[in-house]
Amino acid sequence: MLAFIIRRLAQSVLVMLVVALIAFAVFRYVGDPIASMVGVDTRLADQEIMRERLGLNDPVVVQFLRFIGNALQGEFGISYRLQQPVTELILSRLPATIELAFASAMIALIFGVGLGVFTALKPRSPASALVMALSLIGVSLPTFLIGIGLIYIFSVELGWLPSFGRGQVVDLGWWRTGLLTESGLKSLILPAITLSLFQLTLIMRLVRSEMLEVLRTEYIRFARARGLSQRAINFGHALKNTLVPVITITGLQLGSVIAFAIVTETVFQWPGVGSLFINSVQVVDVPVMAAYLMFIALVFVVINLIVDILYYVVDPRLRVGG
Amino acid sequence: MNRIGPRLAASLLATTMLVSGASAETIRWARGSDALTLDPHSQNQGVTHNFAHHIYETLVDRDVEGNLQPRLATSWEMKADDPNTWVFHLREGVTFHDGAPFTADDVVFSLDRARSEKSNMRQLHADVASVAAVDDLTVEVTMDGPSPLYPNNLTNTFIMDREWSEANNVVEVQDYAAGEDNYAVRNTNGTGPYVLQSREVDVRSVMTLNENHWAETPPAVTEIVWLPIADNATRIAALLSGEVDLVQEVPVQDVERLQGSNGIHVTTGPENRVIYFGYRFGEEPLKSSNITEGNPFNSPQVREAMELAVDRDAIQKVVMRGQSIPTGVATPPFVNGWTEALNAYPAPDIDRAKELMAEAGYPDGFTVTLDTPNNRYVNDEAISQAVAGMLGRIGIQVTLASRPVAQHSPLVTSNDTDFYLLGWGVPTFDSAYVFNDLVHTKEGDYGAYNGGLYSNPELDAKIQSLGTEVDTDVRNATIAEIWEVVKGDRVLLPIHNQVLAYAMRQGIELPVHPENQPLMTSVTFTE
Amino acid sequence: MTDITPRAAPGRTRARLLRRALASDIFYSWRRSPVTVIASVVALALILMAVLAPWIAPYDPFNPASLNLMEGFTPPASESAFTGNYFLMGTDNQGRDVLSTIMYGSRISLFVGFSATVLSILIGVSLGLAAGYNGGAVDSTIMRVADVQLSFPAILIALLIFGVARGVIPPNRQESMAVWVLILAIGLANWAQFARTVRGATMVERQKDYVSAAKIMGVHPALILLRHILPNVTGPVLVIGTIGLALAIIEEATLSYLGVGVPPTQPSLGTLIRIGQQFLFSGEWWILFFPGVTLVLLALSVNLLGDWLRDALNPKLR
Repeated sequence: MLAFIIRRLAQSVLVMLVVALIAFAVFRYVGDPIASMVGVDTRLADQEIMRERLGLNDPVVVQFLRFIGNALQGEFGISYRLQQPVTELILSRLPATIELAFASAMIALIFGVGLGVFTALKPRSPASALVMALSLIGVSLPTFLIGIGLIYIFSVELGWLPSFGRGQVVDLGWWRTGLLTESGLKSLILPAITLSLFQLTLIMRLVRSEMLEVLRTEYIRFARARGLSQRAINFGHALKNTLVPVITITGLQLGSVIAFAIVTETVFQWPGVGSLFINSVQVVDVPVMAAYLMFIALVFVVINLIVDILYYVVDPRLRVGG
Repeated sequence: MNRIGPRLAASLLATTMLVSGASAETIRWARGSDALTLDPHSQNQGVTHNFAHHIYETLVDRDVEGNLQPRLATSWEMKADDPNTWVFHLREGVTFHDGAPFTADDVVFSLDRARSEKSNMRQLHADVASVAAVDDLTVEVTMDGPSPLYPNNLTNTFIMDREWSEANNVVEVQDYAAGEDNYAVRNTNGTGPYVLQSREVDVRSVMTLNENHWAETPPAVTEIVWLPIADNATRIAALLSGEVDLVQEVPVQDVERLQGSNGIHVTTGPENRVIYFGYRFGEEPLKSSNITEGNPFNSPQVREAMELAVDRDAIQKVVMRGQSIPTGVATPPFVNGWTEALNAYPAPDIDRAKELMAEAGYPDGFTVTLDTPNNRYVNDEAISQAVAGMLGRIGIQVTLASRPVAQHSPLVTSNDTDFYLLGWGVPTFDSAYVFNDLVHTKEGDYGAYNGGLYSNPELDAKIQSLGTEVDTDVRNATIAEIWEVVKGDRVLLPIHNQVLAYAMRQGIELPVHPENQPLMTSVTFTE
Repeated sequence: MTDITPRAAPGRTRARLLRRALASDIFYSWRRSPVTVIASVVALALILMAVLAPWIAPYDPFNPASLNLMEGFTPPASESAFTGNYFLMGTDNQGRDVLSTIMYGSRISLFVGFSATVLSILIGVSLGLAAGYNGGAVDSTIMRVADVQLSFPAILIALLIFGVARGVIPPNRQESMAVWVLILAIGLANWAQFARTVRGATMVERQKDYVSAAKIMGVHPALILLRHILPNVTGPVLVIGTIGLALAIIEEATLSYLGVGVPPTQPSLGTLIRIGQQFLFSGEWWILFFPGVTLVLLALSVNLLGDWLRDALNPKLR
């Protein structure tokens, strides 16, 4: 057990190192941070001084080692654009993204499972066909188009919901939440729906195919033969057996929801880490971009690690093979 | 994070204000990006200055016509016996937000801070030799030589309180390279008409009226809610749905629609910024052209043909939706040296242009890459695209290379481009600012944005003489001479001056500021 | 499932028989599903339209010299007030015929989508075969990389690759290379799915006796992989490939929308949507609407085909 965890941990560290190298290398060479920090009207001599002060003239290896060393201490430097510590910026933006990701995961899970069960139980009904067709339209529509369309309909034309931002937030000290005010909840609706659609389709299709598979198995037939009620069979047995892979996938997808939020947050001006990242990309704010990438990698590595360990605990067969 | 006052109380307060709707005194103001910092000397950038102008004040600033007007200085003059020294007389009875009095010592401190090594404002004060307080309300700024235009450089240099800065350890401008965090980046203490209440970077900032401000008539706006919204569509949607009162950076195509929308109106006015194309001079072949012998741009006929091929009025009408002022000179009308005659431009004439191309030895044209930014100026990419099409008609086959400004401007400053679009604002409102950076040979402090490497030693001498010439008539005559050569040589291919549009809900009036730095003190309510 | 094929039967014949049976079965199910028939027709029409664009498009929007700026913003099904030219879907802000830009734009979108998917398949299938056949360290290394890659959203990876390319390619070559960089970025971001599937199938096949037999006979591993194992994985690869094509088209659109795609003078569907979005509030809906609908139709029909293919090749789900 211990050896397994240690090996997984080592692999995780390796992954993080590779990501760090990529993060550093890419962002160091994507455009000129100085050009974006200063106005177009700044004199070149001043730019050269800034370059020197930022350490951009040091050898690349030195810069990378400095980057790793600082990253280990949770130090990603000061944002070129906002001149505040990057770690602090990301932490302050995190609640917004987590609330959004959580809300959209909930929507995806509830509607995804519900519709998935429905389409599996009534595969021949026209409603199922409609749901399946709609779900395909959902994956065929780029996220940004969905967001803009929702804003146009529900904010501009109907005026029901806010078009941007988080509404009124309440500060709980270390966590700034939008879930406690009416305007905060209203603001959450459109971006959460936009972000959830892709995952919703994914979960729905997964539930549907798993359900169909389970419904064919011997023990369901046996249950039917025993005269159990259809309801008990469908939900007590079939759905229960479907949920394990669904929950696994949802968990694994939580990380990509956070990353996928980049586009949604941009469209809705949602003050999360995704919009911080895109704002930083546009002005080549290297420290923020690098930190964001490392942060996403960390989320994935941690989630994967937890899943791996859980599987190891749950499934004894894995222990033999190691 | 910035925590001013008890956070929860502040947000509860904000909630009640939101519930009561847009009260007559609150203005919710949306822009495309946020101020970069609150440290007034750290960044020389428009949005940052605009934000700071509400909290901090400058010695002089500009009215909406672009004229200098008194602010913390009530009057200024060149010292009678010494053309190298400027004297500023300061306003009496001004206090900082924390109650400390405003004195000459604070001005000395602030100007010294602004021209210190880590300040991004120092280029504007490069000619300052020393700053000294004569008495509590008089400051003398001694220059290296006669600097007749120095007060023009002061419109974005804000005055901080010496005691506050020393107490909070912000005497020096933040060195973010060294990973330093700085109190002045998140906290403010100015003399301005508004006091910062709360600030969440990129999300929202709230300012309320400074009851102790020196102005005799208090502004109509008592509270400012500043909301950066990056996406154009989202920003306009917020105005249409009544979530904000005022929107800057209105896309030109939306001006007409918004003008006709219920409860919304738009004010427009010229910005102090010209959009132009630059091209490579010299005999060396272009990097991106199929002509490997010689440089077609170096031929005066080719440059004339290009000017005749470009239809500025079509660009204004279609690409800019009428929201631009076509021009034949690379300087906005606000600037000293601009004349009606310079501004004139030829009507497009494709046939003549083709003849010129043939005369120049390029009857079949040539290929070239045009570098354009795509997020800096109004419709920058679309302008370049249109010009590419127009040049195509005289055989110049243009490949468009479109980049964010962060990747575009290094190409210009390091001369890695053959043909490029750029915009130029003239904060000093004087032609010398244009000549210094765009026309003078690239050397030393001069010609930083002369991406085409134009070089004319005769002009260089004249340009340098502008810096120290005290006699206004002589100086203006020199400016006119330089412009004549610049226009005759077609050093640059100017297209138009930008027009700014502010969209706001009915009942609010805000005139357009030529530097795009509108003050909420100039807002009036008509209902 | 038990393998009912006689063990002595040569793999090649068996594969051919199987394929033929599958083909007829597929054809039958295709005819039975009207949605699929419609989807195929739409997809085919769009592909034909894109391929034939230079011959059938009313204008050539990629030739800047042919454009007349004054024709800009002509509404659909009307004549330009300036020149009297007729535009079925109107013109955009540059005076380009929207119908023609869509035809040419689909061409670029499809080209990028196809090439990127082919690249993903090449990488994914080779790595998957290598991992599944060799096992051990090769397998675990490749699969770990695939895991990492799968856990990052493709868009983020593509952005990264695009960033690297921007840094490496000299500025004056970047525009001509933009399409290839997009293909590389999207292709490299999507190979892991293929690798996983192929690896799984390979591991199953590897255990079978005919492979062992071939090994003992000294057949070169590459030949075994090509002849015996590859045919068995074409089904799933085809399914993932079709859905991957739809994904690649959308990814291209998103990247172009974020402003890192092809140059605006040679727009893809995504670039057209980015341009059109600016005119959402100003009333020129057609500049966004028609490219948007085309993109959705394209992605949708390809997705439907993939969906049907999956069900057709996996009969127990029907």
